[in-house]
Amino acid sequence: MNIVVTLKQTFDTEAKIVIDGSGKIDAAGVNLVINPYDEFAVEEALKLKEKFGGEVTVVSLGGDKTESSIRTAMAMGADLGVLINDPSLENVDEWAAAEILAKAVAQIPYDLILAGRIAVDDGSSQVAVRMADALNLPSVSSILKLDIDGDKATVIREIDGGSETIELSIPAVLTAQKGLNEPRYPSMMGIMKAKKKELKVLTLADLGITAADVASKMTAPKFSLPTPRKAGKMIAGEPAEQAAELAKLLREEAKAI
Amino acid sequence: MAKGIWIIVEQTKLEIRKVSLELLSEARTIADKTGEPLVAVILGKGIADLAKTVAAYGADKVILVDDDKLADYTTGAYTSALNKIIRKEEPQAVLIGNTAIGKDLAPRLAHRLGVGMASDCTGMEYDEANFLKFRRPVYGGKAFSEVAANARPVLATIRPNTFPVAAADESRQAEVVNEAAEIDAADLRAIVKEIALVASARPELIEANVIISGGRGMKGPENYVILEACADVIGAAVGASRAAVDAGWIDQKFQVGQTGKTVSPTLYIACGISGAIQHLAGMGSSKVIVAINKDPEAYIFTLADYGIVGDLFEIVPLLTEEFKKLV
Repeated sequence: MNIVVTLKQTFDTEAKIVIDGSGKIDAAGVNLVINPYDEFAVEEALKLKEKFGGEVTVVSLGGDKTESSIRTAMAMGADLGVLINDPSLENVDEWAAAEILAKAVAQIPYDLILAGRIAVDDGSSQVAVRMADALNLPSVSSILKLDIDGDKATVIREIDGGSETIELSIPAVLTAQKGLNEPRYPSMMGIMKAKKKELKVLTLADLGITAADVASKMTAPKFSLPTPRKAGKMIAGEPAEQAAELAKLLREEAKAI
Repeated sequence: MAKGIWIIVEQTKLEIRKVSLELLSEARTIADKTGEPLVAVILGKGIADLAKTVAAYGADKVILVDDDKLADYTTGAYTSALNKIIRKEEPQAVLIGNTAIGKDLAPRLAHRLGVGMASDCTGMEYDEANFLKFRRPVYGGKAFSEVAANARPVLATIRPNTFPVAAADESRQAEVVNEAAEIDAADLRAIVKEIALVASARPELIEANVIISGGRGMKGPENYVILEACADVIGAAVGASRAAVDAGWIDQKFQVGQTGKTVSPTLYIACGISGAIQHLAGMGSSKVIVAINKDPEAYIFTLADYGIVGDLFEIVPLLTEEFKKLV
């Protein structure tokens, strides 16, 4: 069973966000990691490979630094890597990212595509689902459990207020939610092996498209920083006084109760 | 010719979700400003009676797509049916709540239509150049991004609790149109076998007006009854931090934060939660934050509107009694 995992490199969730002089998010000095939800996708792919055999290919869209995250996935156990790295790409919106990834994925033999349900940087939660549409594949978002039987997948998906069980044909695109598995740490042996694994770097031309073909549908984002919340009132006194005062403030001042 | 602002109205067991009413209320003001009609689209089975409700909340027109194949939500069937109707009617904008369904449907539909989309928006306003511009938190709320679409229609999902629900006007009438669901066979490759909803009298976490949440300071699973008792007095939902979920004290579906739910309630009461950046990513847009924590140095106190340094096992039951006097 051949599995493709689409992976995004993101800022560490602890990263301080700074806007640079040109209005962009400043990546200088920021620790870059595999998007946490994509780690669940990598882990699930590796578990399926252990069960059914086949190869796991990690596909990513990004710059030179993204190679380190692909190597990390390889150190976990992924076999191959593909990085689409093209300097002509600017303001890649979700539509464009999905189109580019779909073109790259279409060149790889696959039985299943896994991705994270959301990236913790732009938080848009669009690209994997859009890619499914571009590839004309069924998709299920936010899965908590996956069973494969022949060409049929049974998944449990998280919904508001509960969960649902969905049966679908594969190939399909499934996006991973926390709870699907516990991602493994790369072993020392894995890290050594990863250095020798094949990582193909492709440009848009290699995929037979131009930057104009994937011109963004959305305006370039204008970033701003939120006004920091300030510390409010500390309520002192004995516990009974504190509770009474808080209830009173919530009713009369905050009008929140 | 004005082609309208469309709201995809979500219903659970034939009850319209609160976030859909929030979107109708806010879009009504944009409809009034622009002269665009406000259109509510409802998909499902046996949904005709819901038209009256969406009319009362501001819809000028209601499109009903009633079909057996739409009884349970599936990505494919809903995308297929909506794609055809939207291509025919050419609305300016299509909005849905940032819910489990909205997050799944909107990107697939946007791609089928070949258009842009803004996800999980916490702001939306009329824009002369691009019809609507959207404000959305990025990097877990540590920055905001303002975006608009270069072409119509634009799709967007809006975070629940972003906009207030306006008062219903039962005298309002809307034109009601039935549209057939044209669903391609290729869009029927996924079948819902079972839906397991957790029976709870408490509101759904992402839509709740008030959330009382417990973290590491809860000390064990048995202690959540303290929060539940308080929640039930004020009609709140119960939440948790990652520390409590990872400790196995409470199910992951209650987790608020970067790897859990993103919530935006009027009031968020954080009990025994230190306020890690990943937790703030999930609740930082709450309107009023209360922190109850033993540790006076807890980070959460630097951003809480009201703070109590104290033992939550003492404070919360007392607070529950105080709330009983108020409600």
